[in-house]
Amino acid sequence: MLASTARFTRDLDLAEECAQDAFAQALVTWARDGVPGKPGAWLTTVAANRARDALRRRAAFRRRLPLLVADDAAPVVGERPAVDDDRLRLVFTCCHPALSADAQVALTLRLVCGLSTAEVARAFLVQEPTMAARITRAKKKIATARIPYRVPSRSELPERLATVLDVVYLVFTTGHAAPAGDDLVRRDLVDRALDLGRILDQLLPDETGVAGLLALMLLVDARRASRVGPDGSLVLMAEQDRSLWNRPEIEEGAALLTRALAGRPPDRYAVEAAIAAVHAEAPSWADTDWDEVVRLYDVLLELRPSPIVALNRAAAIGLRDGPQTGLDALMPLNDEPVLATYPYLSAARADFLRQLGRLEEARNAYEEALALTGNEVERAFLAKRLDEVG
Amino acid sequence: MAKYLVLIYGDEKRWDNRTDQEWEVNHEGHRAFQEAAGSAVLGGHQLENSATATSLRAGSGSPTITDGPFLETKEALGGFYVVEATDLDEVVRWSSLLRETAEDHSGIEVRPIVERS
Repeated sequence: MLASTARFTRDLDLAEECAQDAFAQALVTWARDGVPGKPGAWLTTVAANRARDALRRRAAFRRRLPLLVADDAAPVVGERPAVDDDRLRLVFTCCHPALSADAQVALTLRLVCGLSTAEVARAFLVQEPTMAARITRAKKKIATARIPYRVPSRSELPERLATVLDVVYLVFTTGHAAPAGDDLVRRDLVDRALDLGRILDQLLPDETGVAGLLALMLLVDARRASRVGPDGSLVLMAEQDRSLWNRPEIEEGAALLTRALAGRPPDRYAVEAAIAAVHAEAPSWADTDWDEVVRLYDVLLELRPSPIVALNRAAAIGLRDGPQTGLDALMPLNDEPVLATYPYLSAARADFLRQLGRLEEARNAYEEALALTGNEVERAFLAKRLDEVG
Repeated sequence: MAKYLVLIYGDEKRWDNRTDQEWEVNHEGHRAFQEAAGSAVLGGHQLENSATATSLRAGSGSPTITDGPFLETKEALGGFYVVEATDLDEVVRWSSLLRETAEDHSGIEVRPIVERS
């Protein structure tokens, strides 16, 4: 009877369960009604019914929560993963490349971090129904296309991990500097990103990419107490009270950075962490090793040839060599279409012009930057600078 | 196990202008795909040029018949496989062996097939 039920269910465990169930049912029914004419057939029918019900329930369960049903009966395709952990399986599934970047972030926040759909919607400034639809579509894609619930094999890991790191970093940056609205820091998102970084580091201690990202997040987050003044205004790093910087976080970040830089060539997160470490170790803005910062930006530009990195590099050059050199370094970026609506380009230009005493031009540049920023705290800061320029 | 359609798209002019050596490289890709997938391949064919296609659309009374593919796109459908796989990763792994994924004008689409239980 077990074999025939197994044929029906294609699942030996379920078959066994149903068979035992049928026998148990038999004891009750036969005691009540007497033994049936064909006990064998009766047993098979009951077992088959139970199995059919269980399969239907399991199928419905799998449809509704595909991410939570670990199919142990499924054959392992490819090599075995380095680490087998349910949390890792969930993270890698949410960050599968077959899902769009928007979907990856939304699913990770919802399913791994446990944020409500409303909270995820708020984090990314969309309406709740929009976010709910995005998450539903993503789950449907996972179920219909059968994105597997597993940790990638060793050979797939580097590329798949890069996607996970990008998602975690996006959560962090979204929380760290909200593009619009009144709060400069969305504490809950930052905490979630740090949690994710720590869990990943625990589960994948040999992956230096994780250590580099966690180092970066810790070193940047260490400055948070000094970023916003008592009146809620933005305080630039140049004016931040460094005694408010979180030293334990800096030490933790620095130790992770050492681990990240040992061995293979660093990725962008490790290099950005190194830049943050230079700032963290400097006693003051004036005493910062700007030459080292520029050198690190040179490396970063190779890894990430982006106009935004070039902009940051130009700002560092200005700090090392003076405002005129900085302005010259900014020149080629004025034609970059990517930076056309980026307030920081205008703000950087405004600042160099202000330092050079070219106040009229500085005013225009600050006005440009003001028009482009959506963040209240940054807007207030730029307005104040504009005022100072007269 | 689930069934998938593996669709092969590309610029037909580029395909038409392939050298013998490029054809050999392309065939090697298909051999590698078929070897990796083995009995998972349920079917597959190369298609004739999209210019030989005929399309039908709604018309008044009976369908309107036109010359050419349904969608006029720069990259045309050039062939397909039907495979049965454990999951998406398996199909992607096989599809990555096709040379069409290494050239700038061509590519692969993996589409799950609806299964009625």
